Amino acid sequence: MEISYENTKDCKVMTGKMALPNQYFAGRVGSKFIIALRDEHKILGVRCEKCNKVFVPPREYCEKCLSKLDESWVELSNEGVITNYTVVNYNDKHLPRRAPYILALVKVDGADTPFPHIVEGIDVEDVKVGMKVKAVFAEETTNTIRDLDHFEPL
Amino acid sequence: MKRVAVCAVAQHKCDSNIWQKRFQGMLLDVLEDIKEQTGMNFSEEGGVKSIVSASDDVFDARTISDNGMTDVLGAHYREEEKMAQEGLNGLGYAMSVILSGHEDAVYVAGHCKESQGESRNMCTNLSYDPFYGRAMGLDYTNVAALQARAYMEKSGLTEEQLAKVVVRAREWAAKNPYANATKQVELGEVMYSPMLCDPIRTMHAYPVSDGAVGFLLASEEKAHEFTDNPVWLTGFGCCMDSYFLGDRDLASNFALKRAAARAYKMAGITDVRKSVNLVEVMDCFAYQQPMWLEGLGFCGDGEGGQFIDDEGPAKYNVNLSGGMLAGNPVMTGGLYRAAEAVLQLMGKAGDHQAADVNCAVAQSTTGGAGQFHTVLVLEK
Repeated sequence: MEISYENTKDCKVMTGKMALPNQYFAGRVGSKFIIALRDEHKILGVRCEKCNKVFVPPREYCEKCLSKLDESWVELSNEGVITNYTVVNYNDKHLPRRAPYILALVKVDGADTPFPHIVEGIDVEDVKVGMKVKAVFAEETTNTIRDLDHFEPL
Repeated sequence: MKRVAVCAVAQHKCDSNIWQKRFQGMLLDVLEDIKEQTGMNFSEEGGVKSIVSASDDVFDARTISDNGMTDVLGAHYREEEKMAQEGLNGLGYAMSVILSGHEDAVYVAGHCKESQGESRNMCTNLSYDPFYGRAMGLDYTNVAALQARAYMEKSGLTEEQLAKVVVRAREWAAKNPYANATKQVELGEVMYSPMLCDPIRTMHAYPVSDGAVGFLLASEEKAHEFTDNPVWLTGFGCCMDSYFLGDRDLASNFALKRAAARAYKMAGITDVRKSVNLVEVMDCFAYQQPMWLEGLGFCGDGEGGQFIDDEGPAKYNVNLSGGMLAGNPVMTGGLYRAAEAVLQLMGKAGDHQAADVNCAVAQSTTGGAGQFHTVLVLEK
C-alpha cells in the first residue's frame, strides 16, 4: 500500500461546499432560556431539588436522578467567575472571534455548572482562573447563547 | 465463554493529504491485503457475510457514506452495519455479532480523510448543538485545551514532560511504516513551538491525517481457516460522559475509568499493571497520553506527569506505533491502536516489535475532551 505521488494522470479533485439551510427546535426549555437572554438580559438555570444542583444551560431532566426540572427555574446573576480558560490562537470560519481571544468556562453566581463563553476587555496574557466577570449583552440577536455577547472583568 | 479471534489486520500508510486516492481506493487496498493474508472470501458457503464499517459522514462529505462503497467492503448483497462512532466501537460491535452466534466471521474496516475538509476543526464544530456549543465556536481543539489546563493543574504535568511525550512518539513513529509524522524533533522545539490553543502548542497536536484500517474477526472454531496465529479479543467496554462541558469534571477521567472497568472485568483482569504489557492510547494531544494512561490505571490519580519522568511509557510499551501524535485520522484512531496491538501480539511488528507481549490494551476516544471512551483488551 505505497502511496504514489508521481503518477497523477487523470486525477481530478472536485471542490464542493456542504450547506443546508435548516431548522432546529430549541425545545421548550431551551426556548425559554434564549428568549429570557434575548429580551430581558437574564440568565436562567434550572434547579434539581433532589441533587441540590443548578444547571445552566437548563435542561428538562436531571442527568443524575432524572427528576423533571422544567418547572424549577432559577434566575441567575449576570456576574460570575472564570473556572477555566484557553487562549485560541488560530483563525477559522466557525470561530466567533479573530485570534487571539479568550474562550473560558464561566460559572455565574447561583449556578453549579459553568458554561463556555468569550472573555474580552482584558489582555489575553492577563486572564486567570478565579477572575470575576460580568455579562455584556449583544445589540443584535442571533437567538443563541451569543445574545450574551461576552463577559468582561468586573 | 466463547472467544473472538483477530485473524489479520491491514493498515493503510497514513499521510496528511492523500489527495490522489479516494477513500474507497484506500479501503480496497486494505481489503486486498486481508484477502492475501488469510484467503478471506465472501461466498455464500463459508465466506464472510457480515461487515462493519466505521466512518464519519461530515469528513466524507456524504451522508450515510457507507452505502456508496459496499463493493470495497465486501458488503454487496451482505449484512453491513456502519459505526458512526469512533472506529474501535466497530470491533466491539463485531465481537457481539460473533459472541451472540449470529455470524462466525466479520470483516471490519474504517477510514477517514481528514484532508478532505477545509478544516477539521470546522468538522468537529458541527458535533455541537447550534445554541450553546456551535455558536461559541467549540471544536475538538479548543475544548481539549480546556481539558489540558484542568489536567495540568491537577497532575502538575510540565512543558518538559509534554515535550518528552512528543519526542518519544516521533522516535517510535520512525520505526512504524504506517505512521505519518516521522520527522525527529528535540525537546526545545516542542517546548517553544507556537501556542495553538493555550496550553496546547502546535507540536502537541496530531497532524491532519488520512488513512484506512481493516480487520478480519472470527469465532474460535472458524479462526483456524484464516490463521494459525490468532489474537483474542477478551475484553471490551465503553462509556459516555455528560454532553455539556460544564457538567463534567474535565480532569477526572470519569468515562475512561468506567470503560476500562467494564473491559477489565470482561477480560478477568484484576491488576492492570501486572497483567498488561503493551498499551496503545489515542493521544490526539500530548497531554492525553499521561491522562488516558492514568484513567486506564497504569498510574495513580494525578500522577500522570511523574509517570512520564519515571519512564512509565517505556515500562508498559506505550504507543510503540507512535500513537495518534504520529498521525492517524480520527474515527479510525482506535482501529489503528488495535491494529498495532494485534501486530505486536502476533510478533509481526517488525522494527518496533516489543519482547514478551501477551496482553495489550487499546483505547480510543471521541466527543470533545474525552466525552466518550472505549477500551479493548487483546491477548495472545
